[in-house]
Amino acid sequence: MNLYIELLASTIRMSVPLILACIAGLWSERAGIVDIGLEGKMLIAAFVAASASAVFGSAWIGLFCAILASLAFALVHGYASINQRGNQVVSGVAINMLAAGLAVVLGNEWFREGGRTPALPPEGRFLPFEFPMLYDIPVVGPFAKIFLTHSILAYFAFAIVPISAWALARTRFGLRLRAVGENPQAVDTAGISVAALRYRAVIIAGVLCGVAGAFISTSLSSSFVRDMTAGSGFMALAALIFANWRAFPALGACLLFGFLQAVGNFTQGASIGGFQIPVQFINMLPYVLTVVLLAGFIGKSVPPKASGIPYVKDR
Amino acid sequence: MMQSRGELPHWVDVGLIPVINLAVALIASGLVVLIIGENPFEAMWIMVQGSLGSLKGWGYMLYYATNFVFTGLAVAVAFHAGLFNIGGEGQAYMAGVGAATVGLGLDFLPWPILLPLAILAAMAMGAFWAWIPGVLQAKRGSHIVITTIMFNFIAASLVGYLINYWFRPVGKMAVESREITGAYILSAREVAREYFGVKLASSPLNFSVFLALIAAWAVWYLLWRTKLGYEIRALGANPSAAIYAGIRPDRIIIIAMAISGALAGLMAVNEILGVQHRLLLGYVGGAGFVGIAVALMGRSHPIGILLAAMLFGLLYQGGSELSFAKPEINRDMVVVIQGLVILFMGAFEYAFRPALSALFYPLGGEGNQ
Amino acid sequence: MTPAIELIGIDKRFGSVHANKDVTLAIAPGSIHGIIGENGAGKSTLMSILFGFYQADSGEIRVKGKPVKIRSSSDAIALGIGMVHQHFMLVEPFTALENVVLGAEGGRLIGPALTKARAELVRLAKDYELEVDPDAIVGELPVGLQQRVEILKALFRGAETLILDEPTGVLTPDEADHLFRILRILKDQGKTVILITHKLREIMAITDRVSVMRRGELVATRETKATTVEELAELMVGRHVLLRVEKGPSNPGETVLEVKNLTWKDRKGIARVDNVSFSVRKGEILGIAGVSGNGQSELLDVIAGIARPTSGQVIFEGKDIGILGDPRHVRAEGLAHVPEDRQHRGLIGSFDAAESAILGWHHLESLGKGFRLDRDKVVARARAEMEEFDVRPPDPLLKSAKFSGGNQQKLIIAREIKSNPDLLIVGQPTRGVDIGAIEYIHKRIIQLRDEGKAVLLVSVELDEIRSLSDRILVMFAGRVMGERGPRATERELGLLMAGVGQDAA
Repeated sequence: MNLYIELLASTIRMSVPLILACIAGLWSERAGIVDIGLEGKMLIAAFVAASASAVFGSAWIGLFCAILASLAFALVHGYASINQRGNQVVSGVAINMLAAGLAVVLGNEWFREGGRTPALPPEGRFLPFEFPMLYDIPVVGPFAKIFLTHSILAYFAFAIVPISAWALARTRFGLRLRAVGENPQAVDTAGISVAALRYRAVIIAGVLCGVAGAFISTSLSSSFVRDMTAGSGFMALAALIFANWRAFPALGACLLFGFLQAVGNFTQGASIGGFQIPVQFINMLPYVLTVVLLAGFIGKSVPPKASGIPYVKDR
Repeated sequence: MMQSRGELPHWVDVGLIPVINLAVALIASGLVVLIIGENPFEAMWIMVQGSLGSLKGWGYMLYYATNFVFTGLAVAVAFHAGLFNIGGEGQAYMAGVGAATVGLGLDFLPWPILLPLAILAAMAMGAFWAWIPGVLQAKRGSHIVITTIMFNFIAASLVGYLINYWFRPVGKMAVESREITGAYILSAREVAREYFGVKLASSPLNFSVFLALIAAWAVWYLLWRTKLGYEIRALGANPSAAIYAGIRPDRIIIIAMAISGALAGLMAVNEILGVQHRLLLGYVGGAGFVGIAVALMGRSHPIGILLAAMLFGLLYQGGSELSFAKPEINRDMVVVIQGLVILFMGAFEYAFRPALSALFYPLGGEGNQ
Repeated sequence: MTPAIELIGIDKRFGSVHANKDVTLAIAPGSIHGIIGENGAGKSTLMSILFGFYQADSGEIRVKGKPVKIRSSSDAIALGIGMVHQHFMLVEPFTALENVVLGAEGGRLIGPALTKARAELVRLAKDYELEVDPDAIVGELPVGLQQRVEILKALFRGAETLILDEPTGVLTPDEADHLFRILRILKDQGKTVILITHKLREIMAITDRVSVMRRGELVATRETKATTVEELAELMVGRHVLLRVEKGPSNPGETVLEVKNLTWKDRKGIARVDNVSFSVRKGEILGIAGVSGNGQSELLDVIAGIARPTSGQVIFEGKDIGILGDPRHVRAEGLAHVPEDRQHRGLIGSFDAAESAILGWHHLESLGKGFRLDRDKVVARARAEMEEFDVRPPDPLLKSAKFSGGNQQKLIIAREIKSNPDLLIVGQPTRGVDIGAIEYIHKRIIQLRDEGKAVLLVSVELDEIRSLSDRILVMFAGRVMGERGPRATERELGLLMAGVGQDAA
């Protein structure tokens, strides 16, 4: 019983960075900017959050700096994709490498621990809220242990999903943003700036990746270690495709992938009907599912029509 | 079509712009070194010394370059067909399984037979791992960039599983296969000792370096001297002209991806058969991604790729020397430089064109000669 | 009465192309004003300038008598100008309602705007016969309804003047009739309509006045009632410098190509080639005339094997090649194809001339045994062809994109003629080609005929068709309107091209 509660609580924890990165990707790609660089933005943010928090002794300052760092990378990507009309995939790959390299190089120079950052004291971390009096109440207790044992960033992540869904569906900004990802020329002829819309989308993605990175190094963990995002950004990308570029399905996909990660962490594999499934198969399941979906064997996933295509005004 | 301005002389497009982009990437890297509080010129000098200043340095530099030639060629062949293969990492990883399976499983065979078989198995596995995304792109329209990324992760888990559950001898703690003794590529050091009686400093350089040269030549021959290569380049350069010419895009996509994967697979030959002599976890170590930088820098031409691979070989070898000499500068500085090279040579490829255009056509006249 | 719109001395160049030459035009309010001209006459550019998509190099725009600057489409919208583009500017996954509201939301939330727009759509539907289900996904609507959404978009933004760019190109005749009804109602309600088209019949049916454009110039403006189709056709085509080609009588031999009841439908199920039948014999040139976009391109694609026929047969030397659906096999049967779109199809700009000169023929054994491609042979072949066809500069190593249009075309013609075909199909052989090259290309085509080969020529240049062809077919809306001899008058052909006077084809 306790194991299952732990597993579910861990599922929620593991899915938080996925949700944030996935929603970041959602904003970016709905505006027509392909974002392979989610991973890199999260990684640099995780590093900067842990560093700033270690230096200033405040998790909030860490978070703030992490957002700035991620934003800087997002703007580089925006400039490459929007102004330079460069290849968005190439730009994303560059950002991932740059982040992976810079985090270790700067971390090594600042803290001399081979790229690690120092272990953070409690005030330097986003610690989970605790409600001990709730945990022992029958019926409610288990639920409280699953849902009410997380840090503020986790709740932010879960709040951002309905907010994003609402903003995309119901606001002027959301309407225009969705339009620019499908047919930028229609937006342009309606007298709206394509570049401004796309920059705003890229900025939102940067902020969300910043929060995701800060969560990884200052909430899930208490320091930065190299490559600590371990492919979360790509898993978020997979979740986004799996969710067909929609906010609530994205939440579902991230929870599913988070659950698989949690299972992988908890056991060295799971057994179904006495048959042992190696942990590696659980780890690869999200990616396999995504490929199967992409191949059109289960349902269909259709990206925004203009994604990845630089907008050129001339016909 | 309406590019009345911006038509630059050929040598500017092929020569000057890449050089400028590379210079800017290196200057940006220098700034990072400055931020760390070190002298970038000194760092550069240590790197050059560390790789070109000794035979050992040369050995390591060429060993790294061998890997990068393979992965760079892999990216380039796909580029020529208009495809972006980000999956070199996974293809090279899977190729190791092929090499090890044959190397270990058929080790009753004499080496002149076993070694070519192991090499072919590596290429076949790499090709297979790229062939699937190729088929999915050609027949089902699944975007190759996404599928190859996913295949990198699937390969990472799958190979981890295979080593753990199939290759690891019972009772062995280290997660790796037993030693491959039959399919053995001689290292430069062994050759020097055995045949020339010369003692060389230890380095992982081995005969695979010649395989890299052959591969570079073969890619050049394929692309510019065969009908298939013509079709690959035609499809990449102008899909509608290719269709007019009766070239079938789906067929070419699949073939180009398989060739690309086979080339990436050769990286496993250098690493598994040439250096490690066993299958071990994570041996690709990012070489697949370096291939992207190498291909971009080498303008997808084999000669450019050879040069770019040597430059990155220099950076990798020099980078580790640098981190010994100056612990303040971590080895991962190389990854930073790599990222900057990809950024400036790929994403900002045309950033300096307008300025150059203005330089060449100061009066804003039309650039049609 | 003050004109609704005045364009004064509008001039616009794109590089070396002079798209609009000193165009002056006044549009009366509450009228339907047609602008007619051949493709490339500069109609669309002119309207794009009016809608703020391009800026004129010089000239003035006045709206209701006041000089205005239109720097972007939002300026145009603010001045009460709406435009229905030839390619719709719609967001396909959006509902009709969302498309209408996009860019005119009126507040941060779209809820109120949607409610308002829904009421407005009901009103517009009543007033103008513009019924559209507001909640329908636009991408799933038929084109006729998509166009209505475009019109609704403009009206919702308070457009007083509505520009329609080739609005009937994608419509069925029924849909087109409905559109005309809507336009008349708009006019009755006091709106001004500018109709851009190349179809004479539409002009006669619906406009009050008509302006004719030719090669960037506005050549005439007429009251529609006071003009005739014949006059307009002549104004449109103009009196071209007649390129007379030395040509003896033809000696037609046996039939080489027979097209039987050929139909090709596009993805949306519209028949672009509609039940077409004809044959081409050895030693003759069959010309297919028609305004571009009437199915000629698709016809060429099907014969060349690039597209598969939806129904019907393409019989080449007794063999149905339609079912092959593969250009390579079609070539192997002895058919050569000079494509209409030189830049995008005929050659590969980044390849050198030698490589472009084997495009489509690269698998020939004479260029290398088996899988090999012998570079020396490729270059030698190109050098010989370039010399024979006087391609300048005669440098096979120069990038294809660096040649002038005429020399690129000579390179392509050389490639296809030197493949020694039994049938050459040629699309727009001299589009964008200088006079010298035109004469040469014409000479080579006739020479090919005199050698007893068959030629199928598609061109929008009537002159070219008339001077080269031994027989002329006219295509309109995917169908063959009729066949004429080489002595047919320009007017006669022009009427057929406009879809007037169909005879039993």
